[in-house]
Amino acid sequence: MALAGTLVARNAFATADQAKDWLAALAKGAPKDGKVTLKAPEIAENGNAVPLTVSVDSPMNDTSYVKAIYIAADGNPNPGVSVFEFTPLSGKAEIALRVRLQQTQKLVAVAEMNDGALFTASREIKVTIGGCGG
Amino acid sequence: MADDIKPRLRVPASAKKGEVIEIKTLITHPMETGQRKDADGKLVPRLIVNSLVVTYNGKPVLNAKLEPAVSANPYLAFFLKVEESGTLKFTWTDDDKQSWSAESKIEVA
Repeated sequence: MALAGTLVARNAFATADQAKDWLAALAKGAPKDGKVTLKAPEIAENGNAVPLTVSVDSPMNDTSYVKAIYIAADGNPNPGVSVFEFTPLSGKAEIALRVRLQQTQKLVAVAEMNDGALFTASREIKVTIGGCGG
Repeated sequence: MADDIKPRLRVPASAKKGEVIEIKTLITHPMETGQRKDADGKLVPRLIVNSLVVTYNGKPVLNAKLEPAVSANPYLAFFLKVEESGTLKFTWTDDDKQSWSAESKIEVA
């Protein structure tokens, strides 16, 4: 089935700008580089389930914690991947999930701190077999 | 469509006061993206689990909003700081507003 998918016309992919816009609509302001770490394989053989861990350097106490992590991808049919809202009860600002990647693309994460500061990081993942149906 | 759906949890049964523990969750769900075509070439409508809400003794721990880019059988692992014994509650909701809940108790030793 995955092979057939490559033979038919597909919906347009999101672009880097769309991924940026999707993130900007959620996290208002200009994110700075740093504090955010994206862990994922450099090459994903199967785009259907690519392990991804996003962590943010934060003490996660009542005075300083990560409010939310926003994740976008710039080469899928839609730019959004997910949003995770945390509280100091989380203890550690880290989330692990598996994502679908249609093609080689960049994942971008933005972290919003409780004081409104924004931090970002991105990571390119090479995909051998795409994972959006087909 | 969305039948045979089962949440799975891996939560430690006990923890020390103040310990940060890892919580692993998975729900068996096809996460139809709305991009896939069936054998007749028709688009299969989008049907995904779009939300997971986790609370501990009623207090929010994690609020996850998922998009079709999250893999089938969505797996999420995250952390919880345990200060007191209690009940961790999970609620998943999909596009059809169907929801599934699960609970797990944690004892502070």
